[in-house]
Amino acid sequence: MSDTFEPVIIGFTCNWCSYRAADLAGTARVKYPPNVRLIRLMCSGRLDPTFVLHALANGADAVMITGCHPGECHYIEQNYKALRRFLLLRRTLAGMGIEPQRVQLVWASAAEGARLAEEIARIVEEVRALGPLHWPTSTDLYGKPFSEEEAFSVTKETSAPAEVNA
Amino acid sequence: MSANEKPKFAMYWAAACGGCEIAVLNIGEKILDVDANFDVVFWPVAMDAKYKDVEAMPDGYITLTLFNGGIRNKENAEMARLLRRKSKILVSFGSCASEGCIPGLANLSSRQEILDTAYGTLTTDNPDNIRPQYSYAAPEGELHIPEFLPFVQTLDQIVPVDYYIPGCPPESHQIGAVVDLVIQALQGKAQLPPPGSVIGAGGSTVCDDCPRKRHEKKIKEFVRIQQIKPDPDLCLLEQGVPCNGPATRNGCGALCPQAGAQCIGCYGPAEGVTDYGARLITAFASVIDADDPQEIERILDGLPDPVGQFYRFNLAASLLRAAKPAFTGK
Ligand code: SF4
Ligand code: SF4
Ligand code: FES
Repeated sequence: MSDTFEPVIIGFTCNWCSYRAADLAGTARVKYPPNVRLIRLMCSGRLDPTFVLHALANGADAVMITGCHPGECHYIEQNYKALRRFLLLRRTLAGMGIEPQRVQLVWASAAEGARLAEEIARIVEEVRALGPLHWPTSTDLYGKPFSEEEAFSVTKETSAPAEVNA
Repeated sequence: MSANEKPKFAMYWAAACGGCEIAVLNIGEKILDVDANFDVVFWPVAMDAKYKDVEAMPDGYITLTLFNGGIRNKENAEMARLLRRKSKILVSFGSCASEGCIPGLANLSSRQEILDTAYGTLTTDNPDNIRPQYSYAAPEGELHIPEFLPFVQTLDQIVPVDYYIPGCPPESHQIGAVVDLVIQALQGKAQLPPPGSVIGAGGSTVCDDCPRKRHEKKIKEFVRIQQIKPDPDLCLLEQGVPCNGPATRNGCGALCPQAGAQCIGCYGPAEGVTDYGARLITAFASVIDADDPQEIERILDGLPDPVGQFYRFNLAASLLRAAKPAFTGK
């Protein structure tokens, strides 16, 4: 992959910890790569796996989910629920051909601005190494084989595409 | 339409198994109402008709078309467009047309892999490795078969659809009720629901129709139904059997859990569910009784095929729609 690829990563952050950690990193002028677009949730337990699928289907190269450390969730145990969803989602995505590095879960308290910045930098590098996800539903590549013109060319077909003749 | 001219009816199958047609024939005497109230102008399984007959019809000529089957090849796509033009009401009939269904699971594989499986495995007697050709010069002239598209699409990914009737196949009593409704509406005695609606099904989940008792019990392992003797009165999911009831639209009357088997999701996503698999991931994650990552992973090992579990009927309609090999060809 070329050096210029800048991954787009959607970060779903918990209001009480990691969103503040990111804020803290900002106010403390800790540098971290600008590739992560943060979306604030009230808690990692609000993370519906649908959000992750939406992000990946619409052009994100990866998703970062963050929450309070185990035992520290403001809604008692919702982050454990998030953990279970995350692990099951990751297995499902593997079956779709999406690498595990593209969906990551990070625990970070409000005081861990520097650590969150490090984690973000690590994820950005891992995703950069994988290259763009470029899921076809996010591009005009998708649907192209079904253009009106092409669908009606059935009878005009003269030769088969190589992969079917192979 | 003149007074003595009946509304026109058509039914077509694209990438489907034929079960939807059987389900329509299964509506019993109601089929006589169809005949009494409609002129059947095109229905390949039941009568001889040629595509060119349909092409010759004026646009909007067919009052009601039930289209079953997904879009797997160019012929399917072409017929979807043709029947859309010729029909006033186009119904996406059954799971294949609406969400890809079992044929949609081919969206996990590339075309090459599918053809290799069909024509080149050890158990296939094909010593010359003959593969389908899109065109063939026969003595009588050039023959063509339609192109096999890279992945299965749903009918509404190709053309706009007026209504959806879910199910694999739709339950006959539900089809009967829809037939009644359409006849009543044509006679001005009833109103059709707004376009885009799901008809012939309920508005909630299979769990809501399921008589098994739920106790918010959590589980330490997933089991396959043949490994246990399930309690007939308790929720299967709470006994560790991966039941898709929580994300699946009701309409069948919760047939499978009442017969002792888990719901596998043939009525598709419940009302308001964007991604069927995502809803099930949420539902399954909340019954798992573990907080430790390793323990959770151990429990998840009991679901050996998450994509098959969560998208058995819905892959082609899911947010991701296909796995990487189908998109990339590798
Ligand atoms: S999960 Fe299955 S067995 Fe349990 S209530 Fe729902 S449909 Fe019934
Ligand atoms: S219980 Fe589920 S799988 Fe069985 S018929 Fe109903 S919707 Fe289909
Ligand atoms: S409040 Fe932070 S994860 Fe729940």
